[in-house]
Amino acid sequence: MALLDYLIGQRKKKSANVAKDRLQILLAHERSERNTPDYLPKMREEILAVISKYVDIDQDKLQISVDEADGFEVLELNLVLPENH
Amino acid sequence: MSRVVVVTSGKGGVGKTTTSASFSTGLALKGYKVAVIDFDVGLRNLDLIMGCERRVVYDFVNVVQGEASLQQALIKDKRVPNLYILAASQTRDKDALTLEGVEKVIEDLKEAGFDYIVCDSPAGIEKGAQLALYFADEALIVTNPEVSSVRDSDRILGILQAKSKRAENGDAPIVEHLVLTRYNPARVETGEMLSVEDVIDLLSVKLLGAIPESEDVLNASNAGSPVVLDENSAAAQAYNDVVDRFLGEEIEHRFLTVEKKGLFKKLFGK
Repeated sequence: MALLDYLIGQRKKKSANVAKDRLQILLAHERSERNTPDYLPKMREEILAVISKYVDIDQDKLQISVDEADGFEVLELNLVLPENH
Repeated sequence: MSRVVVVTSGKGGVGKTTTSASFSTGLALKGYKVAVIDFDVGLRNLDLIMGCERRVVYDFVNVVQGEASLQQALIKDKRVPNLYILAASQTRDKDALTLEGVEKVIEDLKEAGFDYIVCDSPAGIEKGAQLALYFADEALIVTNPEVSSVRDSDRILGILQAKSKRAENGDAPIVEHLVLTRYNPARVETGEMLSVEDVIDLLSVKLLGAIPESEDVLNASNAGSPVVLDENSAAAQAYNDVVDRFLGEEIEHRFLTVEKKGLFKKLFGK
């Protein structure tokens, strides 16, 4: 039985490794969110309100983020317009 | 010069109060004058773990509100000289603590010649936890090798780095130390538990010590005596190492691997 367990164990990923992989992804995500400015959610809402006045858009289609690239802070807005526009 | 040390974790039940009790007792055993403050207003437990629950007359909130003097509220430990406990209030609501009030108590303790002021944080990231860490110079991050505890520790690290007095004033950051508790080397070896290396890797914090999972911890709580005083216990030795390393000694980490049992111990040991 021990031999069988050993062979099965070889194939199945150890739970500690699964835990570490999940945490690595989660913590990276949560840390990036932590560094975003407090005004971002409110600003996102207001930008959406302005755009909605002119275009009928899906609320989820606006992505907004603050990143750092080459020493500059970059505010990135990404909006997918509806096809029939 | 006095140092303020917060014992924090985010998650509850990982060993903050156990660590606060043993860490402050260990520092006092080294000859330092130590005050340990319970910040968990409404759910006080440090008094129970340290065995002085029947000697609490005045508490932290009484001092903050000016209803008692610091000298009246500090409970002198009966086992270790130079060790004083400031209990949390059991009856007040958690808004009874104010930033100014806490600052005054910490300043008064510094003036009274305390070398170390240990702040036992409540769980969570609410006001009590934020007040416990706000004035800290150093932090012990108590973490279990388990997913939710690691995640919450990472969260509290973010708060230490952004919402402490040191962070707000742009001073040198709080010195962070990882204390990994309930560590079970046997389960780490079979791949069922995150290893010390895994947790250090995930949190990027220097390891102060790993405390092995031990039956002695519950026995110590039952008796109201910090586990560090149980000299034969591996947990006590691990806490002593934590204190020595905190004070700057270079000590090799132990209790990280499964103890190899000899034939005799295998047959007759427990």
